[in-house]
Amino acid sequence: MPAKRKPKLAVWKFASCDGCQLSLLDCEDELLAVTDKVAIAYFPEASRASVKGPYQISLVEGSITTRHDAERIQKIRKVSKLLITIGACATSGGIQALRNFKDVKEFVSLVYASPQYIETLDKSTSIASHVPVDYELHGCPINKMQLLEVISAYLYGRKPNVPPHSVCIDCKQRGTVCVMVAQGIPCLGPVTHTGCGAICPSYNRGCYGCYGPMETPNTASLSAWLNRLGVKEEGIVRAFRSFYAYSEPFRKESELHEKQDD
Amino acid sequence: MKNKTIKVACLSRVEGEGALSVKIKDNKVVDVKLKIFEPPRFFEAFLRGRAYSEAPDITARICGICPVAYQMSAVHAMEDALGVTISSQVRALRRLMYCGEWIESHALHVYMLHAPDFLGYPDAIQMAKDHAPIVKRGLQLKKAGNEIVTLLGGREIHPINVRVGGFYKTPTKQEFAPLAEKLKWARDAALETVRWTSTLTFPDFEQDYEFVALRHPDEYAFNEGRIVSNRGMDIPLCEYENHFTEEHVQHSNALHSKTKEGGAYFVGPLARYNLNFDKLPAPAQEAAQAAGLSAVCRNPFKSIIVRSVETLYACDEALRIINEYERPEEPSSPVQPRASTGYGCTEAPRGILYHRYQLDGNGSILSAKIVPPTSQNQKTIENDLLNFIPKYLDIPEEKLVLSCEQAIRNYDPCISCATHFLKLHIERE
Repeated sequence: MPAKRKPKLAVWKFASCDGCQLSLLDCEDELLAVTDKVAIAYFPEASRASVKGPYQISLVEGSITTRHDAERIQKIRKVSKLLITIGACATSGGIQALRNFKDVKEFVSLVYASPQYIETLDKSTSIASHVPVDYELHGCPINKMQLLEVISAYLYGRKPNVPPHSVCIDCKQRGTVCVMVAQGIPCLGPVTHTGCGAICPSYNRGCYGCYGPMETPNTASLSAWLNRLGVKEEGIVRAFRSFYAYSEPFRKESELHEKQDD
Repeated sequence: MKNKTIKVACLSRVEGEGALSVKIKDNKVVDVKLKIFEPPRFFEAFLRGRAYSEAPDITARICGICPVAYQMSAVHAMEDALGVTISSQVRALRRLMYCGEWIESHALHVYMLHAPDFLGYPDAIQMAKDHAPIVKRGLQLKKAGNEIVTLLGGREIHPINVRVGGFYKTPTKQEFAPLAEKLKWARDAALETVRWTSTLTFPDFEQDYEFVALRHPDEYAFNEGRIVSNRGMDIPLCEYENHFTEEHVQHSNALHSKTKEGGAYFVGPLARYNLNFDKLPAPAQEAAQAAGLSAVCRNPFKSIIVRSVETLYACDEALRIINEYERPEEPSSPVQPRASTGYGCTEAPRGILYHRYQLDGNGSILSAKIVPPTSQNQKTIENDLLNFIPKYLDIPEEKLVLSCEQAIRNYDPCISCATHFLKLHIERE
């Protein structure tokens, strides 16, 4: 296939750690094969060269935290046939959404000596709260094999095979004994979206929810269990307020427990 | 072109977002500003009220390229605060994990981000069309580093196995066997990388820098040591803030670090190499010398060779640790919260990364301070451009812009880290 007929892929960055876009470069065995099929048209972390849109696929990393970025995502949507968000920041606001529960002005003055130089929005928000998103890939960081699956699915016009069940199912599949039942270790696995491969329990620690909420999670039941394991209310708030703090199910659950402290 | 403005819309092949603006008046560079657009994320603010145990996983998210560095500085700072001693095997495993991150991060920078500048390609993918075996070697070397991090950390980005006191789980000796085979290939590939980078063409550019790095009496420092410089500084970690300050300038969302005397300083591979050459084992020293380096290198463009030497060292060190490994009885030491303050400083791939935490009696974080390597190098990068550009004012603008970008990439700047960085804009009046 001549180079000019390859579909164009763009990678965009907002507030984030660069880890999810690095996942593409971390496909050491597959990267050159991917570039046989798609033209990397815009990817500043990897290339000086850029090709103008429109783009067949835009991968968007990071959350919206400035007025300028809120305008930029609108322009990106206009030049993208498919817009796919990659990672916790782009799909839920990320760890930086912890500001959403506080007064951002106080945060600015805690970190910066001259707060008047800093331009930031009150809240860190997901891409989908600004523009329509075609597909959201979860994880902090995303799973690179899932990223390859999503890219190839869209290239061939099929639905990505990315299951939505909880981390619990993965533990059962890989034969990891439940850390919560057997060892009494608090674990977010029952409410957390699969994708990581249930790594934490296989390393003897509880899941900390870095893939965000599974579909229809029963967070209330899990909180009750955490409580029985000795986790205090503020511990439950912290457990739900990490990398997916501003996803709706985790946010609501954390707010319930915050209120009980009042 | 006496007075002029040159613009580059977006600085590429760096981690994060920023720009550079250069003002030229009467054929003199009058101002250089490294602008960091990367939006602030306020880690130091939202760490307040979190548990001491959460710092390694939260601060890892400052940077997806060097999460291990954040985890290491965080756990050492917490252990300093809480008076925790770690076992010798836990110490060795942390060093091994750091070797993995150095190999991964250095191979990424040498092959994917920096080499295309020297060979005249926009990126490694285009470079692969003419130099496929080289790019493939780089990718496999990077992969070997990632495999160390994955075995010890569960995954390469934001590993999950690091905790205050040690690890959640330690590997068995047998689990290292396949990795050791890969590392034997990687150390040869790294040696080849040193030879290959030494054949590149380097601009003649040497500066009198103040290099700052950790120094340890017995080894090439990763996790422990005193902070030293080539101008006589020799301080324990807890005195860091008495010797360095952060300045908030309008053009950057990253704070600029400087010495208390107001000087710029240089952290990262070149600083480590210059201050700790004597601590490198013979094979790394010999490879450096065969590549034309002496014990001190003041040309930042040659950092690509130094990164390759450090990659070779990291492979050898990883093999040594794996060879001597005995699984510790306990994966971590017990930790008891107490009201205290702790300091941590480790050698991230890009240079020293400083953490300080103040904790209350329950182990809750009262305040946090994090100084990443790129914010420490910002002033030095600006100075390099001030001194570098005047020599090249007569070359075509496109080439000048490329040379400026290359001069910035010498530092492997990580803008995501520094904003707690690059579009190029040269203005000639």
